[in-house]
Amino acid sequence: MNQHQQINESIKCLIDQTLHLADTCLILGQRNSEWCAHGPILEQDIAITNITLDLIGQARNFYQYAAKLLVEYEQKQATEDTLAYLRTEREFKNLLICELPNGDWANTILRQFFFSTFQVLLFEEMSHSKDAQLSAIAIKSIKETNYHVKWSSEWVIRLGDGTAESKERMINAVDNLWMYTGEFFIPAKYETIDVVLLKEKWLQKVKEVFDEATLIIPDKGFMQSGGKLGAHTEHLGFILSELQYLQRVHPGAEW
Amino acid sequence: MNIQIRKCYYGDIPEENNSGAGTQSASNESLWPLWEVFIRSKQGLDHKHAGSLHAADAQMAMENARDVYTRRQEGVSLWVVESKNIHASNPDEAEMFFEPSSDKAYRHPTFYDLPDEVKHM
Amino acid sequence: MSLHDLEKTFQDKIDKEIKIEPKDWMPEAYRKTNLRQISQHAHSEIVGMLPEGNWITRAPSLKRKAILIAKVQDEAGHGLYLYSAAETLGTSREQMVEDLNSGKAKYSSIFNYPTLTWADMGAVGWLVDGAAILNQVMLCRTSYGPYARAMVRICKEESFHQRQGFETLLVLSKGTKEQKAMCQDAINRWWWPSLMMFGPKDSESTNSDQSIKWKIKRKTNDELRQQFVDMITEQIKLLGMTLPDESIRWNKQRNHYDFGEINWDEFWSVVKGNGPCNKQRLEAKNKDHQEGLWVRKAALAYAEKKRLRVTVKVA
Repeated sequence: MNQHQQINESIKCLIDQTLHLADTCLILGQRNSEWCAHGPILEQDIAITNITLDLIGQARNFYQYAAKLLVEYEQKQATEDTLAYLRTEREFKNLLICELPNGDWANTILRQFFFSTFQVLLFEEMSHSKDAQLSAIAIKSIKETNYHVKWSSEWVIRLGDGTAESKERMINAVDNLWMYTGEFFIPAKYETIDVVLLKEKWLQKVKEVFDEATLIIPDKGFMQSGGKLGAHTEHLGFILSELQYLQRVHPGAEW
Repeated sequence: MNIQIRKCYYGDIPEENNSGAGTQSASNESLWPLWEVFIRSKQGLDHKHAGSLHAADAQMAMENARDVYTRRQEGVSLWVVESKNIHASNPDEAEMFFEPSSDKAYRHPTFYDLPDEVKHM
Repeated sequence: MSLHDLEKTFQDKIDKEIKIEPKDWMPEAYRKTNLRQISQHAHSEIVGMLPEGNWITRAPSLKRKAILIAKVQDEAGHGLYLYSAAETLGTSREQMVEDLNSGKAKYSSIFNYPTLTWADMGAVGWLVDGAAILNQVMLCRTSYGPYARAMVRICKEESFHQRQGFETLLVLSKGTKEQKAMCQDAINRWWWPSLMMFGPKDSESTNSDQSIKWKIKRKTNDELRQQFVDMITEQIKLLGMTLPDESIRWNKQRNHYDFGEINWDEFWSVVKGNGPCNKQRLEAKNKDHQEGLWVRKAALAYAEKKRLRVTVKVA
């Protein structure tokens, strides 16, 4: 490989990495937004919607950066909206856990806890990134993400150690979600951050919170993966049909 | 149509069963207590009452206050107090509480006429 | 003091523009009227989240999605402020929610209309919020202190809602042929229901005098409705769209726009529960409330456990 090809290759990776981060935030934001107007109590409806807005904000930052890279280095027409609205199921690189249906409040807050705990670690790494833009987005996002961890871990504890019913629902949620947590730490070729290194810290935090919540971390089991490379669950197609519907029906229209 | 017509924006749509007017049938087993929220809008200012909300405990009340009352950068510091812990003065006693200070004008600086030459006072 | 004296003192305060606060003496009818009005206003904010929430997952751009989510979330906040104001009158929020869910309590009928296209997000913001704001600005000066304070906060936050609605329509009005048609269609469908939001004509209201005397309200339905028609008729020119009422024209004598007759049969049938979405809205609220029950219980149970643990530690 000559030098030129190498630069090309690393830009491609950077773009894919950025799209992966963007897609992940968008799809979880999209899922969480389904709670808006349907929360268990007004105060918590507002709380989870704040998280939704943070995630969509993060997604936009990443998409805008990816679009800039595509325009600059690959001479492609791209904006945050073409990237979010005009890519297909196989092109989306989000983590699988984000696209799973919300389920009940237990499932929703547990997913948020698993994800946000990972995201904080990821952003901490990313804040040292050689890429100035990724580093800047990470530094900006880490504050709100710390709050997401606080909010969701308190809910995990509250429901785990709440009533018999809430405990049972938490146990079900752990059963549902655990096999999607492995994907956090399975690196994709394009990833510039060494996600393998984050695993131990993540487990440690999960264990702390689970202990307080009187929940048990499952034994090692099979872990699902593929989202980072565009191999998704059946749910993603439906999410995208809804998300992209207007842009698809009215090509090129301004909104 | 035999309906008694009243003003009908939001609040005054007639309700047949006189609801929302003091009848209590809701159970309390899932009712979170009420909290009062006080916000310091910027460093150097007092905390000011902003409103109330429901929360299961103090920690949650604090976070709910953050999520509900500071969505537009309204604050840099929060207090939450469970409403039942607030003791309020009684309006019936307002006269004896607050009227006596109304005839003590000499407590206010404007009471004193000084020549303009006096500076820094 | 005799009841008569109390009533007189009360009315004197109102006349002198002194706000009434929760612990002050007030006529029972004043308390009830306020409670009913504030809780219905709160319910309207909460049910109002549904028709707009309906489009969150389908918003056509990331910017629009964020705006719409923030707006629907604001409505949750407004409902919350209003429930809090109503709670100062002695009824718990749980009770008010129960009354809403059982169909006993009412909310603004406008939210029983469906949001069929994206343009409805614009039309709801511009027309429905526009109509609401006229009422809300008036209510910032209402005589019951907690209600007035809630309204001041709400008006501050609400000011972006109508603007974003108009802007949404403005973009559509300059867009493709389909978008223009979508824009006009939404205006056609939302115009009359928006006019109905102001309630029956003054000549048919029996209860308005007392509300005006107590300064719960400060303008009559017809005054507010006229103000709305005058405002919208000017604004729509910028959109290059039309209102679905051929009788709208400037009346030099009155210095106002004349407009056509509202279909009051439709108004009353929606109030009575026969609107396109009455059933659907209540079902959604009931479902969410029931599905949230175990969550609310668990949080309380945990708070209680934690409290006991602290007590044991201290002991």
